[in-house]
Amino acid sequence: MELRSNVPSGPIEKRWEKHRFDLKLVNPANRRKSTVIVVGTGLAGGAASATLGELGYNVHAFYYQDSPRRAHSIAAQGGINASKNYQNDGDSIYRLFYDTVKGGDFRARESNVYRLAEVSGNIIDQCTAQGVPFAREYSGLLDNRSFGGAQVSRTFYARGQTGQQLLLGAYQALERQVDAGTVHTHGRHEMLDLIVIDGVARGIVTRDLVSGEIRPWLADCVVLASGGYGNVFYLSTNAKGCNVTATWRAHRLGAAFANPCYTQIHPTCIPVAGDYQSKLTLMSESLRNDGRVWVPRDPADATKDPRTIAEGNRDYYLETRYPAFGNLVPRDIASRAAKKVCDEGRGVGPAVDGERRGVYLDFADSIKRLGKSKIEERYGNLFEMYERIAGENPYETPMRIYPASHYTMGGLWVDYNLMTTIPGLFAAGEANFSDHGANRLGASALMQGLADGYFVLPSTLAGYLANFKGPKIADDHAEVRAAVGRVNERLKRLVSAPKPSRTPDSFHKELGRLVWDECGMGRNAEGLRKALARIPELREEFWNGVRVTGSGAELNQTLEKAGRVADFLELGELMCLDALHREESAGGHFREEHQTEDGEAKRDDENFTYVAAWEHTGDLSKPKLNKEPLTFEYVKPAQRSYK
Amino acid sequence: MSKKLNLTLHVWRQKGPTAAGDFVKYPASGIDDHMSFLEMLDVVNEGLIEKGEDPIAFDHDCREGICGSCGVMINGMAHGPRKATTACQLHMRVFHDGDEIWIEPWRAAAFPIIKDLIVDRGSLDRIVQSGGYVSVRTGAARDANNIAIPKDDADLAMDAAQCIGCGACVAACPNASASLFTSAKIGHLALLPQGGPEREDRVRRMVLQHDAELFGSCTQHGECEAACPKQISINFIARMNADFIKTAVTANADLKQREGQ
Repeated sequence: MELRSNVPSGPIEKRWEKHRFDLKLVNPANRRKSTVIVVGTGLAGGAASATLGELGYNVHAFYYQDSPRRAHSIAAQGGINASKNYQNDGDSIYRLFYDTVKGGDFRARESNVYRLAEVSGNIIDQCTAQGVPFAREYSGLLDNRSFGGAQVSRTFYARGQTGQQLLLGAYQALERQVDAGTVHTHGRHEMLDLIVIDGVARGIVTRDLVSGEIRPWLADCVVLASGGYGNVFYLSTNAKGCNVTATWRAHRLGAAFANPCYTQIHPTCIPVAGDYQSKLTLMSESLRNDGRVWVPRDPADATKDPRTIAEGNRDYYLETRYPAFGNLVPRDIASRAAKKVCDEGRGVGPAVDGERRGVYLDFADSIKRLGKSKIEERYGNLFEMYERIAGENPYETPMRIYPASHYTMGGLWVDYNLMTTIPGLFAAGEANFSDHGANRLGASALMQGLADGYFVLPSTLAGYLANFKGPKIADDHAEVRAAVGRVNERLKRLVSAPKPSRTPDSFHKELGRLVWDECGMGRNAEGLRKALARIPELREEFWNGVRVTGSGAELNQTLEKAGRVADFLELGELMCLDALHREESAGGHFREEHQTEDGEAKRDDENFTYVAAWEHTGDLSKPKLNKEPLTFEYVKPAQRSYK
Repeated sequence: MSKKLNLTLHVWRQKGPTAAGDFVKYPASGIDDHMSFLEMLDVVNEGLIEKGEDPIAFDHDCREGICGSCGVMINGMAHGPRKATTACQLHMRVFHDGDEIWIEPWRAAAFPIIKDLIVDRGSLDRIVQSGGYVSVRTGAARDANNIAIPKDDADLAMDAAQCIGCGACVAACPNASASLFTSAKIGHLALLPQGGPEREDRVRRMVLQHDAELFGSCTQHGECEAACPKQISINFIARMNADFIKTAVTANADLKQREGQ
């Protein structure tokens, strides 16, 4: 496999402009003759579908939810970055670029990141024009806040529901195109396979989740905007339906999967309350602006009422270890520190499986300093949410938080055009690996999703389609029939395991726990080898013993789950293989063997400054590693320091 | 710490859109009161699958009260007894040991039942298709700070824009009206200058689509506001009605012609 990044040459600030000029265009009259399939209607997929529809392409958008408005982008709370410099605090495209490359721990492609920063301002203009009700100042102009440890205020937000408002903007633009007849939506449809003909992506196979009908859809190119794979951990902040199936099926047919071990664990989530727990809820990171994180010094105090623990017996571990950034250190660092104190037995809250996994986030000092009403104004909705879930009042007793899987930086390998290693197959948003390196900064996921969907894909797809000369394909083409056959065969196996005994969720929970323990916040060779030995066994147990009630010819949520778990059981192994091979620590990937004396991540730039793009070989345990070397012409790698 | 509850569920089971449905009784025992309502249903479903029975089908996704997927009638109340709370955010501590809980799908002609507790809410998407947007092409926008918008207007627009499209307002309304949903989108865009040029066209088209979908009319019961998990105010219905009535006089000839008047 050859990895050609297709990055344009020349000064970085001119590359995107030059590239857009070099890309061919599709004549307006010809666009409706080109059919584009888009899988997923989150920020990337929704924005791409709407924009491609406006341009006149014939777009088919697929999503597993009942409405395109429900994609998981909707749950993003904090905000979206853009280098507008409306605050005159020294922000610029270059600074956003610089911060993102550094924040990604020097494992992202510079040209892609620069382009992201370059279009960030257009995103805010576009969304505002759509009627997205961003927060405003009394002047009537847009408000900004500082987010995720950034030293400038470049985050635009809509209360605590920024993702919702941006997604509704894209959704409305998409529905406008449905009305115009350019976009055709297919809700409650799940992509279960890709159709590749003569090495080129030409369509997908879907299951209608209501009727169970399996059918192929053919097109001139396919865009996967199907999100990340954080649900491999079972417990995560992702929606319950989020899954890796679309990208994983593409991987099995030749799309390289890049950096699967780069996963982001968000530090401020509500801890697990019991073994019935179905998902974890994120509390906006903005809470760390006024809350102080601590645990008892003495493990014996873990069960005491926190208000009775004397100041001297509390360990404000972030403030002590990172005096410069304190409670505002980046996500990966805050998460690992929480794990460390809980590993020491100093965690708080109810014991689940014999362990207390939680740390306090205490607002008592801020309430004393600013008054309860100020805190209520800033965080009222979050406090209410916490009270609803945890059943405790955070104005009176400290919140309990613990890290949870939140975002995955890895994904399908793409070139500068967002095209995967299968020609005609594109990946956008969280589904690709492109812009965040080994760690994503807060408020950058929304930016990347919309950049890909509104601004990058519409140009690069045109460049592809203008040169595309594939033959017309009919539904009875051998490859189409083969893809449909694969799907049918797999579904049949899922509903007729030889010894059905366990539910899909019970397998998912076991896999999740294993991957969380061995390939979560801290990883080491011994643990990864243990997981690598166990996952193939678990996979075999699954195919032998999964219990799916009903049939494939009806609405069957158990079958949907089983199919998704089957793919997580394959991806989980690749994550561990990637984590084991990367003998360094970088961003969200922390190898315990590779840390500095004071416990910080230690990169090995000499040997690991590359993208690991894994190629499926037919043997899940032996994928082939391809490397795309990364070069840093503008931002020179240095150790990230937040002390 | 946590308490255990033993409950009796009466769940609406219906195989498909045209099949007859009925309540089926299920025991739910040993339910931890820290569970969410949907986690309680998960536990019941795991038990059903283990027995080889068809689990209860229900829509859900984010489970943090923002995607709008979930929604069932719980003891006759949309999303259950807790104010401003979706079913996924409702926790079992609001119930007591020994309670009987009746669980039904949203009931409205415009929301046909697909299976068990799942309904088809495509009618809400079609209302948005009929004008719930600003017609601005990607790339056609000017600088975001070119238009200043009074903070109060922007805040009020945001109050309306928070709608999650769950359909609770319809389920709670004795007329099965989607007026709160429709007016929230109309109100959001009408309060912003960006929504100005299409304001008349939008309100007419969306209201007519709302009626064509067989949603009922608003007769101001106020049940929608009480059930709304985002506490959207029925004042937006008044704003929508005012705009709609105004367009009966002012709407331009082209618009009326398109509507076939």
